[in-house]
Amino acid sequence: MNYFDNDLESVHQQLVNGDITSEELTKQTIDKINSEADDIQAYLSMNDQAIEKAKAIDAAGIDPDNIFSGMPIAIKDNIVTKNMKTTAASKMLENFTSVYDATVVEKLEKAGAVIVGKTNLDEFAMGSSTEKSAFKTTRNPWNLDTVPGGSSGGSAATVSAGEVPVSLGSDTGGSIRQPASFTGVVGLKPTYGRVSRWGLIAFGSSFDQIGPLTNNVKDNAHMLNAIAGHDEHDATSSKKEVPDFTEHIDAGVKGLRIALPKEYLGEGVDPEIKTAIKQAAETYQKLGATVDEVSLPNSKYGVMAYYVLASSEASSNLERFDGVRYGYRADGVKNLEDLYVKTRSTGFGNEVKRRIMLGTFSLSAGSFDRYFKQAAKIRTIILNDFQKVFKDHDLIMGPTTPTTAFKVGTESTDPTEMYTNDTLTIPVNLAGLPGMSLPAGFSKGLPIGMQLIGRPFDESTIYQAGYAFEQNTDFHKEKPQLGGK
Amino acid sequence: MNFETTIGLEVHVELKTNSKIFSPSPVKYGAEANANTNVIDWGYPGTLPTVNKQVIANGITAALALHADIQKHPHFDRKNYFYPDNPKGYQVTENDTPAAINGWIEVKSGDGKKKIGIEEMHVEEDAGKNTHGKNYSYVDLNRQGTPLIEIVSKPEMSSPQEAYDYLEGLRERIQFTGVSDVKMEEGSMRVDCNISLRPIGSDQLGQKIELKNLNSFNYVRKALAYEEERQAQVLMSGGTIGAETRRFDELTGKTYLMRVKEGKDDYRYFPEPDLPSLDISDDWINELREALPEMPASRRKRYVNDLGLTEYDAMVLTQTKEMSDFFNKLVELGSDPKMASNYLQGDVNAYLNDNQVVLEDTKITPEALATMIKMIMDKTISTKMAKKVFKAITEGKDPKKFVKEKGLVQLSDPAKLQPIIDEVLENNQQSIEDFHNGKDRAVGFLIGQIMKQTHGKANPQIVNQLLMKSLNN
Amino acid sequence: MTEKVNEEKTQHIAGLAKLSIDKEDLPKFTEQLNDMLEMLDEIDTVDTDGVEPTYTVTDRINVMREDVADNWGQRDALLHNAPEAVDGLIRVPTIIDESEDK
Ligand SMILES: [Mg+2]
Ligand SMILES: [Zn+2]
Repeated sequence: MNYFDNDLESVHQQLVNGDITSEELTKQTIDKINSEADDIQAYLSMNDQAIEKAKAIDAAGIDPDNIFSGMPIAIKDNIVTKNMKTTAASKMLENFTSVYDATVVEKLEKAGAVIVGKTNLDEFAMGSSTEKSAFKTTRNPWNLDTVPGGSSGGSAATVSAGEVPVSLGSDTGGSIRQPASFTGVVGLKPTYGRVSRWGLIAFGSSFDQIGPLTNNVKDNAHMLNAIAGHDEHDATSSKKEVPDFTEHIDAGVKGLRIALPKEYLGEGVDPEIKTAIKQAAETYQKLGATVDEVSLPNSKYGVMAYYVLASSEASSNLERFDGVRYGYRADGVKNLEDLYVKTRSTGFGNEVKRRIMLGTFSLSAGSFDRYFKQAAKIRTIILNDFQKVFKDHDLIMGPTTPTTAFKVGTESTDPTEMYTNDTLTIPVNLAGLPGMSLPAGFSKGLPIGMQLIGRPFDESTIYQAGYAFEQNTDFHKEKPQLGGK
Repeated sequence: MNFETTIGLEVHVELKTNSKIFSPSPVKYGAEANANTNVIDWGYPGTLPTVNKQVIANGITAALALHADIQKHPHFDRKNYFYPDNPKGYQVTENDTPAAINGWIEVKSGDGKKKIGIEEMHVEEDAGKNTHGKNYSYVDLNRQGTPLIEIVSKPEMSSPQEAYDYLEGLRERIQFTGVSDVKMEEGSMRVDCNISLRPIGSDQLGQKIELKNLNSFNYVRKALAYEEERQAQVLMSGGTIGAETRRFDELTGKTYLMRVKEGKDDYRYFPEPDLPSLDISDDWINELREALPEMPASRRKRYVNDLGLTEYDAMVLTQTKEMSDFFNKLVELGSDPKMASNYLQGDVNAYLNDNQVVLEDTKITPEALATMIKMIMDKTISTKMAKKVFKAITEGKDPKKFVKEKGLVQLSDPAKLQPIIDEVLENNQQSIEDFHNGKDRAVGFLIGQIMKQTHGKANPQIVNQLLMKSLNN
Repeated sequence: MTEKVNEEKTQHIAGLAKLSIDKEDLPKFTEQLNDMLEMLDEIDTVDTDGVEPTYTVTDRINVMREDVADNWGQRDALLHNAPEAVDGLIRVPTIIDESEDK
């Protein structure tokens, strides 16, 4: 049997009861990953100390009060680890091992989690298919000809395939929610500041958040419990109290006021996805919630604002990759200038370079006001749109993506088209809001994701609504038959 | 054609803190290479900055000393450029909203005084240090992240001497705030100059030349004087000045071209997203304002007007804040200002020079010195004995105890002195005769005898009085 | 109104970012940059009169740390990770331009 067809609580109970040891569970996990490696390609590296760690936890005894004690998990490879390589799927960091652990890694290690490996992503988290990894292409377990989405494609695929129960991803413009949607798992981008960014390799610093990908909503809440909270290393991390996100998860949606923005069911959204979301709305109404059509009129400008701001921040964040202090340094350089240019020109892939170019341009003399500052103003009006809706609504619902997973090798190189993939997720990052994708149907055998967006720091309501939906639908119970096998 | 000179200065001052501006690594001068660095200082992927509160406080203190307007909502920006000593590829500084704007200081200008405006003052991080070998350069990141303030003057200095005086004034004021050592030789104060010439009467500034990495105020003055001359010659011979950065050679006393500036540098400044903005409260500013030490000019004025010192004395006493504070304390403890001033400039300074130490590293305390001065004032000890007492003070001894133990208390009681005088006169009839015959030397001899009898403890003035009285009777 | 970027401007931007673009790739990169800018074409048609820019969405303000020094003891590990380190220093090829602003 596959343990991870069960939820975290029951796997934990079996560990506590001694029905299975952490060592056995970890071995099975690694075996499964290895046996499916050719198909899925979710991992960039495996942790060769995982079994040892599991043994040590068995020896010390599974902590009955800690759901992650002895639990195998996976981490996106743009989150730094002291004992394993961290590459961000870039040649720039191909052989890089960080000197320190990310705060989330520290927290999970302390909770007794066993990190089995680091998952694949688009280079430096820039992409929507995980095909922009410098090292490998990850496949969608539902159909190996399709992409798992990105940039947290490896983290989504491995959970979807039932290899691990939980993984961590990161989300700058949709990089947790879009792959969750494509692979039929639950993925949450927490409120900006909810989870420490210390140790997350920065892409767009004012957008980036680490978040969990899981099989179901409650597992997701458990994972957020484990990683959330203020961190003195991250000055932008919030001091807001962190509730137990599982505590009132079964409170239901009676009386909940849900908003459905008409723009989210507009042009470009696949009709089957529209239908699935409308049905989800009906489900919520049946469960006692109200669903109103609202408008987020400025959302359509989100993509523009996002690409300017995130690329600008990225162009600056990636300046540190210069071949001087760590990571890749180009060979045969004549002088310092040569070192910089050769290292960066051969170390970065094309998508990364494109974004650096756009960001550098947006910030350069004569462009700042027209692009960067204007984008920051658009960010304000998008934020205002959300605030207006949240005045008399508790939650916003809509699709996560306009389409289901696309075929490997077909991600458009036309930037306009490519970037509009993220139209529904991006505004959430611009506003720093929490957003979650959960399974809400299928189209031609591929999962459809529904997105729930909450008020700042109100992940609890998202979880309640997600949980209620899950309890009344069976989408999350469907599992991919790997490659038809 | 006659020209007038316009000079503006950018001064970097390293702040004295325990830890760096954005990382907890220690700030220490002269440590082993990279000893005081961590993942933040190396710009490791995933690291984030956190602001040192003391740096912000020191910035406000410095700004107050420069009469500048404190900005209530400063935020940090990134200044992007590649350089090996700049590990993140950007320097975190304040570009858009500096810590303070619109300051000024008053400096001497010829025989008079002149206000030099300060455009702005911002807080930022220092870079590491590059050194150069034959085929390679080497990077030490110990200095990376050391807090700096950059003080940008208005282009309001019109001669190299005025620039020199401005720097002196700036150094003095900053030093008195206590936020920095402002030592050029240790690099805790660094100066860049901008200088341009224009025909007298022209309302447009000429093309400015930038002078970088000047190591002393004297070099600043020399380099500017050379530039003034050089630019005038170029202009007179019909040439034009191009935008360039030049370097001063200390050996030749000339400036040399470092880099021609093609267009404006493009640093792509934008707000640092990793650092939330600041909201500087009035309470905090007031608290720092109240804690702001009295500035040297005001101290000098007070020393002359209220304490009756000479301009010269006031000048010497305010060379450093430590000396001036010490003097204030002496006066506060009841010392005669003139005497306190004399001791500081005399014995204390000699001691510091002989031992090559600074005041705060000695055992001399204001309390001990004030006690000694009081004993001189009330004639408990003679100035001659005070030499011994001072030596004891430098060794950390209590002056009162020392005087008592060594029996150095001066004999001033006429009732005790008169019998001794009588005895000496009794035994030296010849000298009395000599005195009456007008031989002045006789008095000196008699006093010497009295001092001998009292083992040097007799108060010379009282002895003199009593002796004259006895002789004239 | 599209702000068309010419090849010279593309080279300039690449230079700022310390990227080199081969002669043969220059037209392609210039076109891609133009495509992206075309996507941003509408940006100045959005009415943002009187709107303040939002540069961050953190709920924090005045985040400051006490001035306490703490050496994390990472020196050796950091030097070990450096592509080239000599005598505790990071080694790089000769710096030619020594005039960088600070
Ligand atoms: Mg400057
Ligand atoms: Zn500066």
